[in-house]
Amino acid sequence: MTDHALASAKPAPKSLDHTRSRSVPIAVYLALAWLIGMVVIALLADVLSPYRFTAPDLRNRLSPPGNPLHWLGTDELGRDVMSRLFVSIRISLLIAFGAALISAFLGTVLGFVAAYFRGVAEQLVLMLADFQASMPFLILALSVLAFFGNSLPLLIGLMGLFGWERYARIARGLAISASAQGYASAIHQLGARPVRVYLRHILPNIASTLIVMMTLVFPEVILLESSLSFLGLGVQPPMTSLGNMVGFGREYITRAPWIMLAPAVTIILTTLAVSVLGDWLRDRLDPTLR
Amino acid sequence: MTSANAEPLLLARNLRRVYQSRRGMFGAPSLVRAVDDVSFDILPGETLGIVGESGSGKSTMGRLALGLETPDRGSVRFRGSPMPMPSTAEWRTLRQRMQMIYQDPLGALDRRLPVLTQIREPLDIHHPREHHGNQVKAAEMLARVGLSREQGARYPHELSGGQRQRVVLARALMTGPDFLVCDEPVSALDVSIQAQVVNLLIDLQTELGLAMMFISHDLRVVRQISKRVAVMYLGGFVEEGDADDLFASPLHPYTKALVSAAPQARSTNRHERIVLTGEPPNPANRPTGCAFHPRCGAAMPRCKEEAPALVPVGRERRVACHLYPAATSDQTRAA
Amino acid sequence: MGRFIILRVGRALITIALVVTFAFIVLRLSGDPAQIILGPEAPPEVLAAFRRAWGLDDPIWLQYLHYFGAIAQGELGRSMRDGRSAIEIVAERIPITLALTVPALVLKLGIGIPAGVYAALHRGSLTDRIVMIVSVAGFTIPSFVLGLTLVLVFAVQLGWLPSGGQDSWRHAILPILTLGIGGAAILARFTRSAMLEVLGQPFIRAASAKGVPWQDVITRHALPNAAIPTVTIIGFMVGTLIAGAVVVESVFSWPGVGRLLVVAVANRDLAVVQCILLLVAATMVISNLIVDFLYGFLDPRLRSAKGQKAAGGQP
Repeated sequence: MTDHALASAKPAPKSLDHTRSRSVPIAVYLALAWLIGMVVIALLADVLSPYRFTAPDLRNRLSPPGNPLHWLGTDELGRDVMSRLFVSIRISLLIAFGAALISAFLGTVLGFVAAYFRGVAEQLVLMLADFQASMPFLILALSVLAFFGNSLPLLIGLMGLFGWERYARIARGLAISASAQGYASAIHQLGARPVRVYLRHILPNIASTLIVMMTLVFPEVILLESSLSFLGLGVQPPMTSLGNMVGFGREYITRAPWIMLAPAVTIILTTLAVSVLGDWLRDRLDPTLR
Repeated sequence: MTSANAEPLLLARNLRRVYQSRRGMFGAPSLVRAVDDVSFDILPGETLGIVGESGSGKSTMGRLALGLETPDRGSVRFRGSPMPMPSTAEWRTLRQRMQMIYQDPLGALDRRLPVLTQIREPLDIHHPREHHGNQVKAAEMLARVGLSREQGARYPHELSGGQRQRVVLARALMTGPDFLVCDEPVSALDVSIQAQVVNLLIDLQTELGLAMMFISHDLRVVRQISKRVAVMYLGGFVEEGDADDLFASPLHPYTKALVSAAPQARSTNRHERIVLTGEPPNPANRPTGCAFHPRCGAAMPRCKEEAPALVPVGRERRVACHLYPAATSDQTRAA
Repeated sequence: MGRFIILRVGRALITIALVVTFAFIVLRLSGDPAQIILGPEAPPEVLAAFRRAWGLDDPIWLQYLHYFGAIAQGELGRSMRDGRSAIEIVAERIPITLALTVPALVLKLGIGIPAGVYAALHRGSLTDRIVMIVSVAGFTIPSFVLGLTLVLVFAVQLGWLPSGGQDSWRHAILPILTLGIGGAAILARFTRSAMLEVLGQPFIRAASAKGVPWQDVITRHALPNAAIPTVTIIGFMVGTLIAGAVVVESVFSWPGVGRLLVVAVANRDLAVVQCILLLVAATMVISNLIVDFLYGFLDPRLRSAKGQKAAGGQP
């Protein structure tokens, strides 16, 4: 370490992120705007798409972006890239949202079960969580798909198993500390049933932490879905998704890179936006989560 | 003044509660006797004060008395029936008759709900159908503990410590209980606020005919509110008796030390201040014989070997000390 | 210490058992393997023969036990396509994958850790910002996009390197870069925050207040302590040596374990999929074990702290 290092490093440790002001950073606005745009596109994909996403235009195959008929160009069958992109956004977001909700629900329920019953149930949940955390999820997902083939509901359900252990660990930890002392034991002592204690009191109290956790898991879900689809094992044609588009687009990477670039950029910006938003939310709502 | 014909509301016999604790992963588990062989009665409308240092097992006693924990030995009977197992339907119903006031009111309240909603909650739990009635009763109770309607709409962190404790008190009284355990209810409050809360507690007690177990390390507060007082040391009662009498003429050396250490309002200073020496009590490492003997000025060889039993001395007093042999027999017991 | 080792090894074995159970449940839930393999038009007597041969007629618990027994004996079945032993098929792909993942791991560690430490020590500097931006990119850019972008630039535009295949060492460069860059970015971000956390601790300030030279504070106190959380993520990276290249191998048509897995999944070659699953699980479990022991070595306090938490006791 040089003296330069010494000078600049010493004052640093004092407080971690005090430079960050209370006002909302511009990056968060941009992220929010992008995500709202994505949601709007996902909801209105049918209205916004100039063509049906499967409609071929044989006179305009592999047309580059800028074509007045096809702003983002066309693919090998002359299908409009923008229309396909819109539908892909819809499918990818649907899967990601569905999966994130399922895993948040599953994880929270299991975390509460562990916290309430302790003992064997708790050990079982923790063991499953350890198992889940120690296995690369892509491999598990691929094995399931190998055995079951695939369909959209299965894909969503499968992705819904991703990340549950993180919700479970947090929900368990927070529920245990809440019921060990404080409001939860006070409510229990009033004669409330556990369901009331957990749903009416503990859940609202830890909801912000869970939401932050969701924003941290969400980008990974998008990446996972797009990886699976890229490998040809996720969303199946004629349906399309972002990863799917990249996967098929790479065949034409030399002649028509736009087919692949449009969904690739969308994936990157969306995960980036959710990460920026998640980090900001975490710093604001729950700095203890790291 | 324990009139013999009054039926005790709460009857606790030979309570013992043992916790297991383990030091590290490799340490052998050791047993900590938090409460050991304690018996007492509480009559309807009566207040029993429990005094002791931290680690003396006062809080565990409160939890045992409320049936929040089950004793490892001994029994608690409430209005003549044995205490049901925690979390059973019977136990939940019984919560309407007995309630708890906590040391940390902010911790005992849900920070996400307005306080009036929380005051109403016991009724919502036990009478879920009567929405409107519950709301009206909660508003009445809010006024009764001295809080305004506007304060009822606030969240716990927007209230002062004293106001929060009033909220906790209001919530505890909603179902009209007969018995209240107050575990250091004012020790987290400013001294000026303490008096207000204690006075409110006394008013409500007389008004509602509540029986109470009032746990505190503060002799002054205990004396103010309690009819009878028990002094605890390492899980057991060392002395029990009428509050005024006990503080005026303490018998047990430990009680004497406590009383002499307490600040006296009307300072005639009859006693020398007795300073306790030795290690503060540690329930995990309990001395043999009388638990107090290592710190006791009057310890005799016998105290190291034999634990004294709590025996009647005089009319209203019970003491566990070899200095005061009881008139009756059965004064020793196996440790 | 003995108890610590036994507990950890026991947990590792349980994880393996869970993976085996998982594979078994998935296998059985997926329907009739005979039907899947032989297709819907297979004549009934062929189906029956197949079931007998694979023990599919036995009660489910017996199948489960047989399954465990077979795996314990290293019998992982044969590829249902060409009848070769699954282990053999997978084993010949392992070195091919390691040829990518080992250099990539070296790259990750070699870039990621120094970059993270440097960024933490020069917090707020331009380098720090660049490291942070690159590491965010490492989180948000999927590896197939990164790989294809590298192909687009170095193979298609510049023509310097081949875009796929496994014919020479030059073919390995782009996949190794793809794996290495992404991992290095993640590791850098992780190391940086671990380092900052440690630098904020009172004992670091105490040490520098005592007059310990700053360089010694860093090397003696900060680095070993920052290493503790970092070891976890490195352990995970070591664990994924075999399976971490699924996507990248597909991008670059690299015939390793990952490519094999994708093809096997597409073909529903269950024995091969299951063999890879177990292999990955074993690698993960072993690297987790090593991490656990490294933890004990780096921070003896951790064991007793965990023990206390596990012991629980007073409500």
